[in-house]
Amino acid sequence: MKEWKNVWILAEVAQDKISPTAYELLTAGRSLADALGEKLCAVLLGHDVKKFAQDLLDHGADAVYVCDDVSLQHYVDDVYAKTLNGMIQAYKPNKFLLPATNLGRSLSAKTAIFAGTGLTADATEVMINPSDGQMHATRPTFGGNLMATITCARTRPEMCSLRPMSYPKAACVPGKKGEVIEFAFDAEKYTSLAKFLQFIKSEGEGLDLSETDVIVAGGRGLGKAEGFDLLYKLAERLGGAVAASRAPVDNGWIEYRRQIGLTGRTIKPKLYIACGISGQIQHMAGCSGADVIVAINKDPNAPIMKMAHYAVEGDLYEVIPAILETLEK
Amino acid sequence: MHILACVKQTPKSDNVKIDPATGCLIRSGAESAMNPFDEYALEEAVVLKEQLGGQVSVITMGPPAAENVLRDSIARGADKVYQLSDMAFAGSDTWSTSYALAKGAEKINEAQKIDLIICGKQTNDSDTGHIGPQISAWLNWPNAAFVKRVVKADEQCIVVERLTESGTEILQLPYPCVISVVKEISNPRVRSVKGRMAAKRAEVVKWTADDIGADKNKLGIQHCPTRVVKSFSPQRNTNAVVVDGANGKEKAAKLVALLKENKYI
Ligand SMILES: Cc1cc2nc3c(=O)[nH]c(=O)nc-3n(C[C@H](O)[C@H](O)[C@H](O)COP(=O)(O)OP(=O)(O)OC[C@H]3O[C@@H](n4cnc5c(N)ncnc54)[C@H](O)[C@@H]3O)c2cc1C
Ligand SMILES: Cc1cc2nc3c(=O)[nH]c(=O)nc-3n(C[C@H](O)[C@H](O)[C@H](O)COP(=O)(O)OP(=O)(O)OC[C@H]3O[C@@H](n4cnc5c(N)ncnc54)[C@H](O)[C@@H]3O)c2cc1C
Repeated sequence: MKEWKNVWILAEVAQDKISPTAYELLTAGRSLADALGEKLCAVLLGHDVKKFAQDLLDHGADAVYVCDDVSLQHYVDDVYAKTLNGMIQAYKPNKFLLPATNLGRSLSAKTAIFAGTGLTADATEVMINPSDGQMHATRPTFGGNLMATITCARTRPEMCSLRPMSYPKAACVPGKKGEVIEFAFDAEKYTSLAKFLQFIKSEGEGLDLSETDVIVAGGRGLGKAEGFDLLYKLAERLGGAVAASRAPVDNGWIEYRRQIGLTGRTIKPKLYIACGISGQIQHMAGCSGADVIVAINKDPNAPIMKMAHYAVEGDLYEVIPAILETLEK
Repeated sequence: MHILACVKQTPKSDNVKIDPATGCLIRSGAESAMNPFDEYALEEAVVLKEQLGGQVSVITMGPPAAENVLRDSIARGADKVYQLSDMAFAGSDTWSTSYALAKGAEKINEAQKIDLIICGKQTNDSDTGHIGPQISAWLNWPNAAFVKRVVKADEQCIVVERLTESGTEILQLPYPCVISVVKEISNPRVRSVKGRMAAKRAEVVKWTADDIGADKNKLGIQHCPTRVVKSFSPQRNTNAVVVDGANGKEKAAKLVALLKENKYI
């Protein structure tokens, strides 16, 4: 297994931009690479993506592997997974971190089978066990009720998808030197019967939930769809995005992609403001990773009033306008 | 159209308890049921059968008691059910689980060609979301995950909408293929009386590792690549700071001051 060396991270590209998860993975990967005394390498897959290589070097990669081909313009699982496995077999990385985004979760799963290796899902922490150099990846399971640490002892690379926002973004040092290695796309081998037809950008207002430090979420306590207007105002004032518990989604007040929780999305912002949300376990599964949770609820006995860091008892229709007013001052 | 839905028996989510002393999961006494995500997967399979004609088969890998979720599948509209049960499967990670399910699917496919496999997005216990994409990898079939809508399905192929963080992607997959679906895909129906009766009588086909021709060196805790080496309860904040005040204004001012002081805004 000695031939398997270096720590890889997948730098996801979406809409012609490097995803912020790439910088988080560079931070996590750096700590692994330093603990092992190995190199940290970023992987770029896509069309017209070579231009991002220097940015990844600037953010701490020692080398960047690029596979740039028009066939990789859109994410088709087979094409990406076969290409990635081609790169794995050619260069033999020791550890491989991918983002636990929608793309990363399905791509890592398929690639792990092609590569014949194990994969930890959606971890929030990774470290190297000093005695044997293995990666210990820790992940929340059972809706956030149980933390589990997973290892992959016998096969390489040890793969792991890492939950967005679990690590801070790596700092940028412009002009850093490093190798850029191009990997040729093999059109004969990296094929799929599936066809990508179209991408439709979501029409929802505001920022994407995974890219923002502040999230203002509303629950059944809003009472009506229009209640979200107030939350959009607060979110806009704080430079954040709007999300919801399941109840408003089920009521059709807001789109499903904004649902936080077990059956929705997991987010990890700096600040999570839960308005009119009771704090059921399935909801908390999606937001308990926030640095700080503020609850605004008129029931002092709602479970969230204990699980939050700051509990504000009151009617959200009174408290939120007052917050906006205070912020104006 | 022959659709295979994959379902797993998992603890009812509100029944999960952790032993505070050991940090381990208390499984005994916890009621189990069909993984909630799989209700959406099965419902979509039944909807497609109703539109296109054909048959819905359901497979589960799990201990003997997991038979219950297969009977429940019949009540929800499935036609044939298969259980993979063998000590050799015990403790499998997703690599081994998906291998076993792919071998089971191959055996079903030999008797009657499968067009489409539908999985849930993830389970509510270990919730990796790996199994759908991984079954497709073993079978070398195309796949799509996070599918939120079937735009079109006919005799040759299926067109689906896949959810991404920034929008929706539309993909066309020829049969046979595998999709993993999010809850938006369907509205699970209530079980009919007729369905419940059928569930009681239904035959559950049971296969061991040998029956599906699985390589035992790829199965179970001894052979699978990953292992859970430690589990513990997460630390939770339970001492919230109560932001008090005479009225909304006072509370708001105090909250904003606290958030600013701690540099959260
Ligand atoms: C398998 C499964 C999966 C689930 N997945 C999810 C999931 O992903 N995400 C999720 O969120 N839920 C999920 N749920 C549902 C979850 O159990 C709760 O039902 C849901 O989170 C409740 O939403 P809520 O807090 O908005 O509503 P409620 O529980 O009804 O709470 C409303 C709160 O608003 C307060 N309130 C009312 N009016 C006001 C006012 N004017 N000002 C201030 N406060 C007010 C009330 O005091 C109350 O605490 C799931 C459930 C199951 C069984
Ligand atoms: C605490 C804990 C953490 C774990 N972490 C990991 C990990 O990081 N990596 C890893 O490889 N393994 C892990 N495992 C092992 C993993 O839980 C098992 O392999 C499990 O049987 C399948 O994974 P899942 O429940 O995550 O399924 P998912 O991949 O989340 O399920 C997706 C869909 O696949 C189908 N499906 C899943 N299981 C079955 C089944 N048994 N029968 C039929 N259909 C099924 C269903 O349609 C389901 O909706 C972990 C186990 C535990 C207890």
